[in-house]
Amino acid sequence: MSFPPLEITRPESGNLKLILHEISHALSELMATGNERSIDLRGIPLAPGEEKKLLESLGEGEIRAELDALGKSRIQESRYSGVWIVTHCNSNGEIMGRFIEITRSPALLAAQTEDMAAGLDALRQLIATGTES
Amino acid sequence: MNKERTLGEILRQQGVSRRGFLKFCATTASLMALPPGMVPTIARALENARRPSVIWLSFQECTGCTESLTRSHAPTIEGLIFDAISLDYHHTLQAAAGSAAEQARESAMKENFGNYLLVVDGSIPLANAGFSTIAGTSNLEILKEVAKGAAAIIAVGTCAAYGGLPHAKPNPTGAVPVSAIISDKPIVNVPGCPPIPVVISGVLTHFLTFGRLPDLDHLGRPLAFYGNNIHDRCYRRPFYERGQFAESFDDEGARKGWCLYKLGCKGPVTYNACATTKWNNGTSFPIESGHGCLGCSEPDFWDMGGFYRALSEPIGLSARTVAGGAIGGAALGAASGLLNRKKKAEALARHEKIGVDELKDGETK
Repeated sequence: MSFPPLEITRPESGNLKLILHEISHALSELMATGNERSIDLRGIPLAPGEEKKLLESLGEGEIRAELDALGKSRIQESRYSGVWIVTHCNSNGEIMGRFIEITRSPALLAAQTEDMAAGLDALRQLIATGTES
Repeated sequence: MNKERTLGEILRQQGVSRRGFLKFCATTASLMALPPGMVPTIARALENARRPSVIWLSFQECTGCTESLTRSHAPTIEGLIFDAISLDYHHTLQAAAGSAAEQARESAMKENFGNYLLVVDGSIPLANAGFSTIAGTSNLEILKEVAKGAAAIIAVGTCAAYGGLPHAKPNPTGAVPVSAIISDKPIVNVPGCPPIPVVISGVLTHFLTFGRLPDLDHLGRPLAFYGNNIHDRCYRRPFYERGQFAESFDDEGARKGWCLYKLGCKGPVTYNACATTKWNNGTSFPIESGHGCLGCSEPDFWDMGGFYRALSEPIGLSARTVAGGAIGGAALGAASGLLNRKKKAEALARHEKIGVDELKDGETK
């Protein structure tokens, strides 16, 4: 038994263009004043498929990083320098949050003082005893 | 686990790096509908937060609220938050049973008197104390006893918040919400059937982060999650504006994803976070799956006139009423006009929206 092909039409919320405008304004402000901005995509109503379309519009740039803490996080520069897509997943790979960050470098990429202090302790322990703490 | 340790210390002990903690704070800010700029504030506050004792009581309920929370896959924000609280009593989840379980509750109450959080799911039957008991004690009695030493009460689910399904007409058990019994404690209502898991944990997170309960709306719900109605945040809203509606669940409009208002969607009168927070770890929400909102976070949603009846459709009026008007001597047209005005007046009295067709015709008065 065969079924006729299912016609799937994609509704549009109209918010896609508004987000691109907001990113454009934020990038302009970053260049002029250094102010950083973060857009939480969870807070914006998007029709099915629109988030994918937004990510396709932003494209992929030169830098791609992966953070492995409480599940993976992907930090991807878009094709527009200064515009980053940060996606946080849990340990099952389910997306917990997605942000568009307009910044020279996302804060999560930088080494954190607390982690450096813990690392320094471990390194000193290694030097002193030959065994990592 | 030592309750004196801070959340930061607990997470570090679990091997969570500072980056992981900041990621946790970013997703927490997102779920609490706070701007990303609040992340450093949340990080500072959570770093130093101490584990509060939580006692969870379940009354006339289906356990759907607990299911909602525990079906989230760990480690999630919810999982981490529940690592950060001391859940001292939850008779569905705890290993202890019988008198040992009740002793755990009593000792938690004694040790943390005045400071513990009381979470309640389920309504309380007043018609007969025997309808719902725990270890032989009526729900009413146990609620009053535990509420005495609580810093605050979180009524989880529509049953605890507004009576829910047990309170639906004819309400055979005389079910009432927590707020009908306890009036001397701060109560936060977290309605929903069930509530979104991150909304439950979001309230707990807010308490941990800011040391106080969140701002509430006139129905006792946290504004961060219930500040917008489903309709205003719905991606199908533009179709409503353009007058494009699905008329049945299998027509062209339904296939094209048009507005479900005429199929009974209660989105315009329902305040909840489903349209943005979504369900199943952000996968979708009922409207995205092609079904109208049931209005489950609103009081008496079971008695709102039917899940598939459009909000603008008058309830309880029939052709017989029109015929009655005609028999009274008036022309049928005039009777229909009178009935329309009556319908509108009654709809307004029920806080219902005036219909789309009427809006189109400019007949809103």
